[in-house]
Amino acid sequence: MAKELVSNQVYLGSAHAVPPGQGRCYVVGPLEIAVFRQRDGKIFAMENLCPHRQGPLSEGLFGDGKVICPLHGHKFDCDTGKGSEATECVRTFAVDESDGHLMLTLNEHNA
Amino acid sequence: MAGARVVEEILKRAPDQFEITMFGAEPYGNYNRILLSNVLNGSQSATDIFMNPLSWYRENNIRLHAGVRAMLIDRERKVVVGSALKRDALAYSVDAPTDPSSNVIEEPYDNVIIATGSRPFVPPMEGFGGAGTFLFRTIDDCSRIADYARNNRKAAVIGGGLLGLEAARGLLTHGVEVTVLEAGPQLMGVQLDPEAGDMLRKTIEGMGIKVLCGTITTKIARADGQITHLEFKDGSTLETDMVVVSTGIRPITEIATASGLNVNRGIVCDDQMHTSDSDIYSLGECVEHRGQLYGLVDPIWEQANVLADVITGVKPDAAYFGSKLGTKLKVMGVELASMGETKPAGSDDEVVVYREPSKGLYKKLIVRGGHIAGAILLGDIEAAGTLMQMFFTGAKAPARRADLLFGSPTGVALLKASDLPDNAQICNCNGISKATIVDAIQNKSCLSVSKVGACTKAGLGCGSCKSLVAQLLEHYVGEVGYDPTEHYYVPGVPLEKSQLVKEIRNRGIKSVSEVFAQLAGGQEDPSSKVGLASLLKTLWPEEYEDERDARFINDRVHANIQKDGTFSVVPRIYAGVTSADELMRIAQVAVKYKVPMVKLTGGQRIDLLGIKKHDLPNVWRELGMPSGHAYTKAFRTCKSCVGTDFCRYGVGDSIELAQKIERRFQGVESPHKMKLATAGCPRNCSEAYVKDLGAVAIEGGKWEIYIGGAAGGSVRKGDILVTVDSHDGVLLYMGRFMQYYREHGKYLERTYGFVERVGIETLRQILVEDSLGICARLDADIQKAVDAYIDPWDEAEVPAYPAQFSGPELSYALEVAESNG
Repeated sequence: MAKELVSNQVYLGSAHAVPPGQGRCYVVGPLEIAVFRQRDGKIFAMENLCPHRQGPLSEGLFGDGKVICPLHGHKFDCDTGKGSEATECVRTFAVDESDGHLMLTLNEHNA
Repeated sequence: MAGARVVEEILKRAPDQFEITMFGAEPYGNYNRILLSNVLNGSQSATDIFMNPLSWYRENNIRLHAGVRAMLIDRERKVVVGSALKRDALAYSVDAPTDPSSNVIEEPYDNVIIATGSRPFVPPMEGFGGAGTFLFRTIDDCSRIADYARNNRKAAVIGGGLLGLEAARGLLTHGVEVTVLEAGPQLMGVQLDPEAGDMLRKTIEGMGIKVLCGTITTKIARADGQITHLEFKDGSTLETDMVVVSTGIRPITEIATASGLNVNRGIVCDDQMHTSDSDIYSLGECVEHRGQLYGLVDPIWEQANVLADVITGVKPDAAYFGSKLGTKLKVMGVELASMGETKPAGSDDEVVVYREPSKGLYKKLIVRGGHIAGAILLGDIEAAGTLMQMFFTGAKAPARRADLLFGSPTGVALLKASDLPDNAQICNCNGISKATIVDAIQNKSCLSVSKVGACTKAGLGCGSCKSLVAQLLEHYVGEVGYDPTEHYYVPGVPLEKSQLVKEIRNRGIKSVSEVFAQLAGGQEDPSSKVGLASLLKTLWPEEYEDERDARFINDRVHANIQKDGTFSVVPRIYAGVTSADELMRIAQVAVKYKVPMVKLTGGQRIDLLGIKKHDLPNVWRELGMPSGHAYTKAFRTCKSCVGTDFCRYGVGDSIELAQKIERRFQGVESPHKMKLATAGCPRNCSEAYVKDLGAVAIEGGKWEIYIGGAAGGSVRKGDILVTVDSHDGVLLYMGRFMQYYREHGKYLERTYGFVERVGIETLRQILVEDSLGICARLDADIQKAVDAYIDPWDEAEVPAYPAQFSGPELSYALEVAESNG
């Protein structure tokens, strides 16, 4: 019965802690991560801070895999992290749901 | 310079048609003197005005005789004869010495273009030249003058034109006493009328510069080689240490005279830029066209275009009809623009003048047949950009002439760039036409003013045309993309507002997600959510299914998000009337939650700034006051003056009315925020005239209801909807207007835009005369919205959904995952 260390995995708790169609901010060590739950059930995770003026993306309007920063309306693709402004991009992360639980993988990913 | 420009134009049209040879008296790349004043007034940088480098001549296969002056055109033998000048000869000087060791150069020709330009004019006086006397023509001149001024006390500038004044202003900064000497009766006699000239003189004198008009200098007197004083024609004298002469320019015409061409003040040219010999053309400052000499750049560009069209045969009948002249001058500390004529030509000319001597303001317009024939702006040149554009394009002047001088009161642009013809010149500094700018917008994807500038140079001169470029962008970017979404109520649902309302009503759609599902092919759009939520709540005040993800963060947590992610809390203070108890509770909350800033708002309330999201429910509970809705697109506040309770002028109880208004309409959503006020008399202390809705008490127990006022980024006095004789009347009509605005306003359209768009007359017909028979329905629907009110801050007790007020959640990387056994 060997045990494996999987240190880049983070358990975020119940998926239902993220209201449908909204985001929520999780603090993981030094990182603030915004997790979004689309109304169709799809989950996204990305850096919480907007590169423009550090607006909290988790408080933004969200839908169709995109989030709009609440401070100045900059838009980001939650899959790729690509921003509406050519020079702006945020890191995105893999997040999985099983049995209503959210598991985040801290390696950056580009879907 | 004019020569190089015309060659460029010719090469553009017909790169291989001509074998080109150029004579240039200057030994190496010279400055573009025509634009020097643009450099001095800051509209172009020095690097922009250097002429084409030698490599340009090589690349275009042009043979250049540099340092060689063309002396004669032998029209019999069809050759141009040139002589090399001595190495350090002053190229533009009449008697520049030739180099005796060089042979005469002869070049055969089919056509000749004379672009010899001009030389500075020094009026006849004894003693000019030598130490302490200067011309003011080049960047080098500027530094030599400055060097000399440092060691001297007094300077005289001869010439009260633009450059003379510029020189005087420059000298002042070097700490010398400056006197400007003008031979004519006024300063800037070419561009200004006597009154403006006099006012300018006062402005200049106010800067510490002495001005003597009608003064003709006859002698620069010296002792031991040093200048001591000037002697004038009238016998008077002026002590000075140095003299700067800036008295204009004269065309250089020797070659034309020597070759037997027709020369008057300049080389005489026809509308095709032919001289009196049709094989020989001329352009630039050496030319006299229809009796007019030009020293500014725009006319010379126009001449270059016509000449190139004609000589290449691209447009053999192209014609130059003369140029309108307009200049915007910036002598430091003096704002001045002048265009066209300075005085009326006949009694039919309309002259509009505004003068405010104490402020040095003078504005004059000459209107002829509804078009601007001339204008002078002194002291405030805000209006110059629009005026010049109208002047140059011959656009019809607006009926309210005052708008031309002061801008329109509504801030609506007087001149629509989109209405101008394609060949209208938008950028007068760099000669860029509307067609060129539109091409950059449409075909080169330049979607910002700066990108258009980078691509076309438009707006990179004085910058006064930037607003026109912006107008063109606004106009054409929409067209380019043929973006139908422009007319949609929200971008993500392909329906205009009226169609959308119909679909929602017919299908009975009660939630934002259902709108996406049924009307947008199941495609969500985050930027459409908020607008849809607002609309649904208006359409179904009681039955609307409130999905919180469709709300902006402010409306999820009933507070206004700040730049640092904290929130501001504004409790409702009805009509701005509070109590000691409320103030104490506010103070206690501020202390307990370490509120970083407590601020009185413009709406007669108190703002607690810097509250953390998770503290919001406790803050509200401890305040014990309802939400002021200072975070949402809804009825915000109704402020009030003290009305009749204490004020000795009040004629109506504005406080009680404002309280009734706030209690009735609090929380009513609308396309954009609604800020209200009531005033107890027309003195308007509470600014009711400039509110979205305002009620103003007048004598006789009556109230005037104003709608569509604004005092934010746009300022507009509201229009009177109706006058009523009771508080209830105010509530009735205000509610009726609100409901109509809720139903017909575009999302994020403020009432001032809405009232202007629909028109106050139409609104009166509908809301007062009941021309559509909908007033009873509107009244009933606003009542429903009023009845649906719940204080959103009640959610402090029962959150609408889990985690509504939660801050960031702490999580930790898993140390150990499941076994794999």
